[in-house]
Amino acid sequence: MHELSIAMSIVEMAQEEALERGVRVNAVHLKLGAMSGVVKEALLSSYEMACDDTPLRGSRLVIEEVPVIVFCPNCDTQRSLSSVQLFCCGECGTPTSEIVQGKELEVVALEIQ
Amino acid sequence: MTALEPRLLEVRKNVLKQNDIVARSLRDRFHTAGVFVVSLVSSPGSGKTAFLEKLLTMLRSNYRVAALVGDLATENDAARLARSRAPVKQIITGTLCHLEAAMVQNAINEEKWDLGQLDFLFIENVGNLVCPSSYDLGEDLRVVLLSVTEGEDKPLKYPTIFNSADVAIVTKSDLAVPVDFDWPATQRNIQAVRPGMRVFQLSAKTGDGMQPFLEFLAERLAESRAAAAV
Repeated sequence: MHELSIAMSIVEMAQEEALERGVRVNAVHLKLGAMSGVVKEALLSSYEMACDDTPLRGSRLVIEEVPVIVFCPNCDTQRSLSSVQLFCCGECGTPTSEIVQGKELEVVALEIQ
Repeated sequence: MTALEPRLLEVRKNVLKQNDIVARSLRDRFHTAGVFVVSLVSSPGSGKTAFLEKLLTMLRSNYRVAALVGDLATENDAARLARSRAPVKQIITGTLCHLEAAMVQNAINEEKWDLGQLDFLFIENVGNLVCPSSYDLGEDLRVVLLSVTEGEDKPLKYPTIFNSADVAIVTKSDLAVPVDFDWPATQRNIQAVRPGMRVFQLSAKTGDGMQPFLEFLAERLAESRAAAAV
């Protein structure tokens, strides 16, 4: 359960940005990869806790889930996985562990006022 | 005066940026010093400490080794590892369920270890198959351990950590027969979440299977130093 410390980093990051620009943050938009090691539900409830006693209290965390995309050496292109329990090309079934996308844990935007 | 309309401000910031920066600087420091750094991750009780004690004892005759060991509380593991007579430092994480790069950096600085005088540095993470996957510690090699008593489907239950590791070790092989351990199923499950991953099977208790892993480490150390010399 490391979601609380991650939520606190997100709040800290947003707060710094808000202070720098003299704005109020209504929402934080986050990209969350399926292989980031972070659980969405736990992060959402941790976020609320992390916002307490900060200027971000009452703000929302908007999470965009990012699926895993791998590079298939056989198809020579990027493909999706059928499941994170099976690292094979979704089209031809060739095993691959070359992850192109899906590890994101990134604040992409702030909704400000 | 009307209130300002809400608007979207693009930011694009990696949440773990701070950890990644420290990890990168550690990795540079390790490479400059010529020390090969191996981290160990597994669930609690899979035999990380027993394995590391055996490994340190066996490596000590030919290599200069040291170890950092993370736990929420107690110095028990450091005391066990110290029996190998290698330099060992316990990192107490308190309530934190994983090690972060800054903790590794602080521990090394506190101990004033001369990294240039080491061949291998081992970092035993807190027993946890979830949280450590997100944190780069600057290691060259991440090893995930799985004991024969845990069940063959562990890799499918924790794909993220198995995928983030470079090598897998199946420990407690001396207990494989009594627990009806299914080796082909385990191999299949590991390869499903991390195709091509090299898997070792060994027993720290009997020493069976330790030698191939020692040889593998020696090869990786030589490769890493050859690459640094270019």
